Amino acid sequence: MKIEFEHRQAAHCESGVTSNLLRISSQGKITEPLAFGIGAGLFFAYIPFMKINNGPAIAFRTLPGHIFNRTCKSLGIPVTRKKFRSKEKAEAFLQASLDKGQPVGCQVGVYYLPYFPKEYRFHFNAHNIIVYGREQDNYLVSDPIMENTNTLDRYQLERVRFAKGALAPKGHIYYPDGGADITDEQIKQAIKSGIKKNVRNMLGIPFGFAGVKGIKSTGNKIKKWRDKLGLQKAGSYLAQMVRMQEEIGTGGGGFRYIYAAFLQEADAWLPGNGLAEVSAIFTQAGDLWRTAAVQAAGIYKGRISSQQDFDLMGNYLIEIAELEKEAFLVLKKIKWQ
Amino acid sequence: MKKDEVPQDLSSLGKITKEVCYATDNTGKYVTELSSGWEVKIKALDVAWNDIEKRIESAKEQVLNNHASPLLFFMEYRLMDIGILADYTGFWKWQIKRHLKPKVFNHLSDKKMQRYAAAFNIKVEDLKNMTLHED
Repeated sequence: MKIEFEHRQAAHCESGVTSNLLRISSQGKITEPLAFGIGAGLFFAYIPFMKINNGPAIAFRTLPGHIFNRTCKSLGIPVTRKKFRSKEKAEAFLQASLDKGQPVGCQVGVYYLPYFPKEYRFHFNAHNIIVYGREQDNYLVSDPIMENTNTLDRYQLERVRFAKGALAPKGHIYYPDGGADITDEQIKQAIKSGIKKNVRNMLGIPFGFAGVKGIKSTGNKIKKWRDKLGLQKAGSYLAQMVRMQEEIGTGGGGFRYIYAAFLQEADAWLPGNGLAEVSAIFTQAGDLWRTAAVQAAGIYKGRISSQQDFDLMGNYLIEIAELEKEAFLVLKKIKWQ
Repeated sequence: MKKDEVPQDLSSLGKITKEVCYATDNTGKYVTELSSGWEVKIKALDVAWNDIEKRIESAKEQVLNNHASPLLFFMEYRLMDIGILADYTGFWKWQIKRHLKPKVFNHLSDKKMQRYAAAFNIKVEDLKNMTLHED
């Protein structure tokens, strides 16, 4: 059994899954950047008191699940989503959906994902794939970050759908309901609401650990890492930050380039609002994130190690915070045409 | 980032799949471009694995010196912390902390050993003897 489904590679798993699942009802209009922007995907948070792989917990995007949810909600598309306690029921539901001809999104952990190279397998449970069919005992899988499709046998799929640890997927399965076409007017409204939501997330959260304030305070923290943690550990922390920022699934520059691409596309949908100019600021921010990553690499490679090097590193983030603040303030003040 | 500046440093992932990056073409328009990896993040991943290797090595030493049970070794080997192991096995965290003591671990029932072995995807014998088979 094979469902008509076209695998298209994307930069980021959840916005890729969302865009690919909405391909038919949106006639291909919901591209990956649009899904990312409508889903208000851009974020920054340094979560205190939480450690991932013995390093700092830094996020450059919103919580898993939000992009798909928000995008569908803004476009007025009903959503089916389920989590399961029972592995048998989870597979039965998957099978029933496929029988109806419905490709489905599944949240999975990557630690036991067999087609990932070993070096990339951590206990990271917020990865997303599409299952679009079954041949004998093998499920057909479209993983948006891979160039080609893959297969997982029943046990392999069950194991990744029921991975354990933080953000455990619990068999989480989701898909957009119904076959109604998405209108252009809906897309325009959804773009506006996505931008507004993202403005709130980046400017409106108090306490200084999230949004542009979070970037600034992380910059200040980094300056102290050398004395506080020692060179070795500070290097490991910076390496972890760079991985969250640049590793597979980000599209580069901590998702800032995807967001810039979104604003550029949004400008074509809603001309006269200056979105193309703001897009250019995010390109600049993405470039600066990458410059900061090169500086960080100098430190974790042991090439540079002085306090001035850490100060420069921290100052990059403070500069980025200013830049993104400026960009989001412009977005906040838009009087929509 | 400009399209022709998208890095192409071959990473271990790059051998299996290239990844999509968003970059601008010479008119400033965003397009997607495939990248086979970037040296900066290859090194970042190396740092992460070096740290892991060190932790595995130190766990091994602690087990051999009888300061910790083999659980510690396999936890590090499987990149787990106590929370993840608790979720996989159904034990409470405080129970696992106890089982990390060699004395307590040595008296665990076969049934409990089996729960740990399943979580680590190994055999009970290998768990007790701290033996590794490549998988």
